[in-house]
Amino acid sequence: MEYRIKTPVSEEQVRRLRAGDMISIDGLMFTARDAAHERALELARRGETPPFSFEGLAMFHCGPIAQRTDHDWTIISAGPTTSSRMEMFESDFLEKFKVRIIVGKGGMGTKTTEAMRKVGAVYCAFTGGAGALAAAAVRRVTGVEWLDLGMPEALWKMEVERFGPLIVAIDAHGNNLYEVVAANVKENFSRLLKQI
Amino acid sequence: MTEDGYLSRSIGETLVRLIGFAVIDLPRNVEHELQKALENETAEIAKEQLKAILKNIQVARKKHVPMCQDTGILMFHLRVGEDFPLKAGLRELITESVREATSRALLRPNAVHPLNRTNSGDNTGSGVPFLELELVQGDTLEVEVYPKGAGSENMSALRMLNPGEGIKGLKRFVLETVVGSGGKPCPPTVIGIGVGLCADGVMKLARKASMRPLPHRSKDPTVEALERELLSMVNETGIGPMGLGGRTTALTVNIETGYTHTAELPVGIIFQCWAARRGSARIHASGRAEYLSHEV
Repeated sequence: MEYRIKTPVSEEQVRRLRAGDMISIDGLMFTARDAAHERALELARRGETPPFSFEGLAMFHCGPIAQRTDHDWTIISAGPTTSSRMEMFESDFLEKFKVRIIVGKGGMGTKTTEAMRKVGAVYCAFTGGAGALAAAAVRRVTGVEWLDLGMPEALWKMEVERFGPLIVAIDAHGNNLYEVVAANVKENFSRLLKQI
Repeated sequence: MTEDGYLSRSIGETLVRLIGFAVIDLPRNVEHELQKALENETAEIAKEQLKAILKNIQVARKKHVPMCQDTGILMFHLRVGEDFPLKAGLRELITESVREATSRALLRPNAVHPLNRTNSGDNTGSGVPFLELELVQGDTLEVEVYPKGAGSENMSALRMLNPGEGIKGLKRFVLETVVGSGGKPCPPTVIGIGVGLCADGVMKLARKASMRPLPHRSKDPTVEALERELLSMVNETGIGPMGLGGRTTALTVNIETGYTHTAELPVGIIFQCWAARRGSARIHASGRAEYLSHEV
């Protein structure tokens, strides 16, 4: 069963989602990686605002391949990047900018999980490497900011349709699927070490 | 046009085509192993991950776009025949082909200065693309290209084990590294392990192991047994596709060995994500190209 979520999304809506749910996204989504997180937080510290409001949007940990066509941009391939690199920024980012859905790969840590519970946001896993599949769900690029950071690190703003499949891996109630897997892996690891 | 000019142009065109094949069209043997992994999984989330991977491979081929946006840093391995008429200028030809492929949106511009992080915008820079040359007998030029992404490369590990730790120590190091990496290298992965030589040599062995085409096993029976044992252990960790749990953490474990100092036991590990991309071609002295990895 796949739930379709339309962005911008409210806190109340994302709080209804549970770890393990499968969803897809329709509406506005933007990309942000290490450098964009750093810059947005730096702006906030100086009391300035980013080029557009992130509130209620889906943020994608992704550095796409984009191609310029006359006046527009086309997203060619756009799979998720490793989210744990953003762990150092994400709790502050969530509190300041109220992003409601984060899409990435590999999961995030306890600090982000706690911020998601507090702020009301979810983390969704998109299959790593599935860049062609992701690009196929992008209807159009509605804008790009901070291109000076390079193509992968820029803020790409896009309209998506049925973007998925996404697995809700961290919900807004403190449940983290990766922690469940990690506990199981830890047990298996100790057992395997004894067999060596 | 001079003969050399013609040959250079032909090599250049072959290289750009090869880069395209590598990033768009995953070798069929890798796809086959992923299909087998799907049949072996029971958990719903694990199956969803593998289904998305397989669907993505089809979409990339159909739309003629890179299967993954991280088209990596380009690595080239060249076997240059002693009698191949063109040797000087090969680096320039390769660099130029990478620029051309980037401008055609086959590659994402990934190359940055290591400290100030400025992006060159065309996937080139000091030492990049990465190039290895081997002089061999014959009059042909064999080129292999590997686009290597950061997700898996960032999980690389080297440990200079104490010889007394032996094979037990090696197994422990591999398990620790795999468990520590979790879903980050985009499992199911190909795990390349180097054993022996010296600190940099062992990483080269690991690289070679990570690039060995599936599903080949080592010809050395001792090494082959260890490859099988490690694969089964790695898959018993339960990390699963994309680290979301499941039976398939690695598609295979490959080991390459070399002799080493009596007081050393170097072990290196390099992961290759599920997108084990590659392209290879043989270029003849006439300029004619034979594509070895892909049907044209």
